[in-house]
Order: sequence, then C-alpha cells, then structure tokens
Amino acid sequence: MYKYYPQTDADLQAMLAKVGVKNLDGLYAQIPESIRFRGDYKLPSEMSELEVRDTFKKLGEQNEQLTCFAGFGVYDHYTPSVIPSLLQRSEFLTSYTPYQAEISQGTLHYIFEYQSMMAELTGMDIANASMYDGTTAAAEAMMMSVAAGKKQNKVLVSAGMNPRTREVLDTYALHQGIELVTIPLKDGVTSKQDLEAQLAAGDVAGVMVQQPNVYGIVEDFTGFADACHDKKALFIIDNVAADLAVLKTPGEWQADIAVGDGQSLGIPMLFGGPYVGYMCCTEKLIRKMPGRIVGMTKDNRDQRAFVLTLQAREQHIRRQKATSNICSNQSLMALFVTVYMSLMGKQGVKEAAELSYAGAHYLCDALLKTGKFHLTYDKPFFNEFHVKYDDDVDALYQRFIEAGFLGGVKFDGGLLFAVTEKRSKEEIDNLVKLAAL
Amino acid sequence: MNNRLYGNLIFELSKEGRKGYSLPKNNFGRYEVPASMRRSEDARLPECDELTVVRHYTNLSNNNFGVDTGFYPLGSCTMKYNPKINEEMAAQPQFQNLHPEQPAKTTQGALALVALLEKSLCELTGLAHFTFKPYAGAHGELTGLMTIDNYHRSRGDLARKKVIVPDSAHGTNPASAAVCGLEIIEVKSLADGTVDFDDLQRICSVSGDSIAAMMMTNPNTLGLFETRIPEIAKLIHGCGGLMYYDGANLNPMLGACRPGDMGFDVMHINLHKTFSTPHGGGGPGAGPVGVREGLQEFFPCVSPYHGNFGVMMRAYAYILSLGRENIKEVGPLAVLNANYIKESLKDVYELPIDGLCCHEFVFDGLKDKSTGVTTMDVAKRLLDYGYHAPTIYFPLLFHESLMVEPTENESKETLDGFIAVMRQIAEEAKTDPDKVKSAPHNTPIGRVDDVLAAKHPIVTFRQMKNERMKE
Repeated sequence: MYKYYPQTDADLQAMLAKVGVKNLDGLYAQIPESIRFRGDYKLPSEMSELEVRDTFKKLGEQNEQLTCFAGFGVYDHYTPSVIPSLLQRSEFLTSYTPYQAEISQGTLHYIFEYQSMMAELTGMDIANASMYDGTTAAAEAMMMSVAAGKKQNKVLVSAGMNPRTREVLDTYALHQGIELVTIPLKDGVTSKQDLEAQLAAGDVAGVMVQQPNVYGIVEDFTGFADACHDKKALFIIDNVAADLAVLKTPGEWQADIAVGDGQSLGIPMLFGGPYVGYMCCTEKLIRKMPGRIVGMTKDNRDQRAFVLTLQAREQHIRRQKATSNICSNQSLMALFVTVYMSLMGKQGVKEAAELSYAGAHYLCDALLKTGKFHLTYDKPFFNEFHVKYDDDVDALYQRFIEAGFLGGVKFDGGLLFAVTEKRSKEEIDNLVKLAAL
Repeated sequence: MNNRLYGNLIFELSKEGRKGYSLPKNNFGRYEVPASMRRSEDARLPECDELTVVRHYTNLSNNNFGVDTGFYPLGSCTMKYNPKINEEMAAQPQFQNLHPEQPAKTTQGALALVALLEKSLCELTGLAHFTFKPYAGAHGELTGLMTIDNYHRSRGDLARKKVIVPDSAHGTNPASAAVCGLEIIEVKSLADGTVDFDDLQRICSVSGDSIAAMMMTNPNTLGLFETRIPEIAKLIHGCGGLMYYDGANLNPMLGACRPGDMGFDVMHINLHKTFSTPHGGGGPGAGPVGVREGLQEFFPCVSPYHGNFGVMMRAYAYILSLGRENIKEVGPLAVLNANYIKESLKDVYELPIDGLCCHEFVFDGLKDKSTGVTTMDVAKRLLDYGYHAPTIYFPLLFHESLMVEPTENESKETLDGFIAVMRQIAEEAKTDPDKVKSAPHNTPIGRVDDVLAAKHPIVTFRQMKNERMKE
C-alpha cells in the first residue's frame, strides 16, 4: 500500500467482511454504471519525495529572483525567522475551526490576541477573527455598510482605491445590486467637495477611502467622518496594516469600519497569497460585523477561557438571511501576524515603518536628482510614491528587470515605487544608477 | 496536547523596554515622519524578548488538538493527513519572494504550476477550466454562483434568480446564494435522505423559467450518493438551469466518479479537504472553481491574483506524490473506513438511514435515549479519551446528528480504538450518565459558558482590562 494508506491486505479483508461487500468496488454498488469513472486518470505516475523535490526545484528555477521595489498593495517586508518555525507547530497547522473549545484554546487564544492587536493598530474598538485578504475585507465592509443602513444602497468609493480592490468591489456590488459611485481625486487626493456633493444627493450607505492611496499619498481626512455621519453613512478606511504603526489611525479619523490587508506585517509575497484581511469596527457595529469573533468567557472550573461567540450573525445559523457567506477565517495567517506583532512589539513596528519611510524618501530624492523623474503629485507620501519618467518608461522598467530589479509597478503612465525596511542603501543606490543612465 | 491549561496572554508577559526584533540601522539620513501624519499614541502592542514569544506560542500550541495529534473524525471537513513534503515544497524561496505584479516572463515557474494544477483538477473532475481566485470553499461557492449569474445575464435571461438547494445542504450554500443576489428554493429530502425527485419536478414545473441553478453535494451531507443524479441534471438542464457541484464532499469520488460526468456544469473544490492542504485552525484554504467548456468567460474577479498560491503549491505536491496509481484509492479507502465504523457502531448508536454510505455517515445520537445523554455529551466525552469530536448537530435533518468522517489515512487500529471508546461511552451513558454529561474532565478547560461570552462580548485585551477596572 502507498505510504499514506495504512490498510494491509488482511485489514482490507476484515473490514470488507464487516461491511458486507466483496471488494472495494462493491462499496460503490449504488452508483449507476453510466457515471462511474473507470480506468486511469491522465496524470503523472507516482513520484518519490526526491522526484517531487526535483520537479518543484525545476519549476522554481524558472522564476526570476528580483530585488523588489514594487508595492501596489503587496509589500516585501521582513519575516522574522521565529514565525515560519512556530507556524509549523502542527497543533496549529493541522487543526480546524475551534468548534470544540476545550481542545482548541491554542487557536482561540491567539485569535483573541490577534483581535486585540488589530484593534490597537487601527485604533478601533474591536476586530473580527480575520478575513481572506484586504480586497475581500473591503467588499465585506461595503456589504456591511449597506446591511447596517436603513435603506440606502449606494456606496461611494474614492478614486484613490487600488484598482485591484476596486475590481473586487465591482464584482460583489454587481451581484448584490449595490450602486458604487466613484469620488474623483483632486491633486492626487480624494475630493472633499465631490464627496459632500455625492452625500447630499442621498441614499449613501457607506464611503470608502484608502490610506495611503493608490499613489502612495497620505491623505488628510479631516471632516470626512462628520460629513458621512451627518448623512447616516458609515465611513470606511482601507489601510496598509504596517503603516498604521506610525500613521494616524482609522480610529483617530473617526472611521466606523477599518479594513485592509495584513500582508505588510511580514507575510511573504508568495505570488499573491495566502495573506490575511482584517476588519475592525466600532463597538456599536459588532453585531453587524461579518466573520468569526472570539470572545472571553469562563469554563465550569472557573478558568478564563476563549470561545467563538456571537455566532447568531453567521451563515450556518442564518443561512439565506446571512449578509455574508464567509465561513472560515484566515486563521494561520492571523497567527502569523500575531507572532509578528508580538516579536516586533510596540517599538519594532514603528522602527520598521520609519525605516520604510526613510528609504522611500531617500530613493525619491535620488530619482528626482537625476533630472529624469518628477512626482506625479507633489503630496506627502509614506513608503510608496508615483513618478513620471521623461523618457521611455517601458524601456526603463525592462532595464531594471534585466539587472535583477523589480523597479516598481507600471501604473497610470508612470512608476509606483515602494521601499521597505528590507531594502538597503546599496540596493537603492544601484537602482538609481540604472535609472540615471 | 496538554491536559493542563496554559492560560497567559502575550500582553500579560510584556515588560517595558524588552524587544524581540533586530532591524538594520537607519543610514538614509534625516527623514522623519512629520507630526501631521503621525498617530497621537503608540499602538499598545506587547514588548517581549524572542524566547518569551517562542515559549508563549509553543505553550499555546499545546492547548490544541490537530490531525497530527490524533484521530479527527470531523464530518464534512475531511481532516486527512497533511503531508510534510507539501509544506517543504510551499516554503521554497524561489516562490516565496515572487511579487504578484511581476511580469509573466519572470514568473514562468509559478505560472507553469498554476497551469499544471489546473490540468490535473480538470482531469480529476471531468471539467474543462478552473479559476484559482477563490480563497476558500465558501468563496468558491460564491464565485461559482456569480459565474452562473453572469452566464444567464449574458443571454439576457434576467429572470433566472432562483437556486434550488436540498434541505440537507451546508449553511454556506443558501448564504452564498444570498450574497450573489439569488433566492433559495429548498427541495425536500426523502426518508432515505436523498433529494425528493417528485418535489424537484414540482418546483421545476412551477418555477422552471426562473431557475438559475441547482446546488448539490454528491454524496450529500448525509454521506449518501444521490443515485438519480443523471435524471436530476437532465431535469434542471431541461428547464434552462445549470448544475452546481459543492465540492465539499469530493473526497470519496476520487477513483469512483467525476462531477463533470454526473452532469454538473460548475463546481468548487476545497483544496484543504480533498487535496490534503492543512486547515490551519480555520484557514487559509482554497476554493478553485471549475466549469465546463464555454463557461470560463463568465468567471468573476473575486480576488486580485491567483488566490492562495501557497495552498495550490501544497495541493500540487500531493497530486504528484500520489500519482495516477494512488489517487484513485483515496475514495474507496475513505468509503471503506466510514462504512466500517458505521457497521461497528450501529447497534448502539441510532442509524436513521441504513445502507452503504460514502466517506461519512450520520448517527442520530445514542440508540438508548432513556439516559438523557445527548450528542453534545458524547462529543465532549470523546475529548476525554483523546479523540476530536465528530461534527455535531449538523445536518439539521435530525435532532441529535453526529457526523463521522474518518478519511482514508486512518488505520484499522485507530478505527477500532475509536469504536471501542464510542461503545464505552454508550455504556457509561447507562452506568454513569452524570460523568458523561459533565464531560470533558481531562482537557485543559471544562465546558465553557457560551451565554456569558455572547451576552457581554469581550473581544480584545483592552476591553478585558477596562472591565477589570470597573470591578
């Protein structure tokens, strides 16, 4: 038998006898022959571990390893070595949703810590147990604002949202029958005037902005929350998690819901996932929030214990009346960022964010100094910025690739560069040399 | 796992001035984040040294039970073995450092893997194309229904907004339909647990023009194969609807049947069930959606890139390891294990529907109901004996549902051990019912007060501290 199958011939005979069928095929006697699959799947033959390794190695060699100056929602931050090793603890890795609280305190415990840390980072009251990623968390926030409203069916979305997120919002909105209206940018930031005009038009359930926005610009949301609340609309901010170590928080901007991706908290880029979405909100909205929530309680021995709570909100109870179909969370990735925040702690998250800020501004200054670049919008930015290049931007991007650099993301006729604490001065200087050619 | 609770929170281990990180020095010169951008107060994250963090999470893991710890017969979740080689493959640096916006010619290995996995899944399901964007099973359901909705819209067939779902379906099915803006029609089950074909015919004759799809798992949530599936598919197709296959129960079909051959048009696969990727305490999973030829143009954009690529790498490693020879044994062995448990326990546990099951089956509690011992009690007592509990109180068709799914990876000895304990609990229910009703006794914590948690939710450390101050 194969190494994952423990049944010996003698076992098989004894078990088949107990079940009362002659052979394994007899177990499917009830299935009409017309739909039985007979014969072999057209798949490769069984591989030994050595062959599996070799296959993956060959695939891996077809990927080019580039020094990353790209962001656009996914950032090349540093992963402390502790994290992968703890994530491989198989009591975490091979468990499922903590339905049986008595033997799942490990998972429930770290989710409670995760919720606590995300609430701290965003300056919001509470957090759920995590979502799939930032884009779907944004879509859930959009739906939550509509479900929480009276009858409003419109959600205003800043043109400063990443188009990748916007595309996911558009998908969900189409099927939900939600009307999405874009608030344009003025000089690179969300136009407050247009926001107010749209709010005045009525029927608005929620307003969604991104911080820093897709150009990397740190926006000033003064007055946004009041404008929303005057019209009974929820104010939603989509933030890059790591930047919140330093930036003014959604809580300080008086947001009702804070969402975003936690990938920037040390999760490898891994070609797009898995990452972890976060969702935080005010205490008032807790019963409107989608996804799992872990709460504190006591057991019958009077010990502090943690448990999945407020499940009456969830799909398996509400079925078609549910406002979200989310079932699981992104538990292991929530553990990832929880360990990250535990290690980095209060000081470390700030230091990493400040390093990223400094590196990005150093790069920006150096690029501008070449005389071949200018900032698309001359606005304050954090660790990502958008520049226009005076010459052929495609050729420049290609030159970067050939030299082993991922020189930003091509977007809106220019390049969007991101810098994290992983980028050394030497790497930045080398990139600038190429850019100055 | 331990039987004594490790109960600290990382916040309670924090001490000002400790740190658990090392970062390069800032040699970029004076670039200071301006005060106008800054938050007014630091996030109150813990301050711990590295060993404290490592011990804390290691100790927490000891409060947990996983497949690697012991038998985990959680029905409908397919808690099979998660091979270690999968983890090793997914950790390769040549993939870890790929930015998803990198140009395709620099990510040929990753793209080749996506294509190879797609080809494998097509072969195993009898469908023509897959999208890997969905992050989880429920996300896959939503994606599949959106695909169906997009298809009907493209034909101007705008009235098709109803989805037929069996009354035994997973709760996500109706919820996914609702999020997709579709309405549910429930079709009844017969006494034998399968779809009531007469009721389905009635629904189709009344609402045929508004049927977008029928959503089914096959085998269904009772672990029973819907033998009339070809007729059902014909009926639904006849009135213009599409057939959706919920891949939650795909495992027993490997080596036996392909959804495409059964007449399904759209399906999702839970890679974390059938394809051995770890459940991770509730995620990340992956829910790729497959369709028959012609429907791929209606795939919606439900995520930016290739979904949970790391999960896909593990699934592909699993397929390569097993190969065509061993993958066809998955279903038969899973089905044998389930039937063996069922036959060995049906004299003491109530089996509402007799006969061959597939990968799982459902008991309706203990046969002897006079003891007052419930399914909840049996589940909790199992924890005392070192087993994870089966799925309980689902499906909703029975009051005392206890749903057992052993998977193909469990040995006869493991199953015999479980059977012996289940029989012992049935015995205890008669001789010492209080012991069973007050279980568990050997776990880090006892039964929890769910009502307290929900009545007055405390979901963050800060709330916990504020609460203490009030006291």
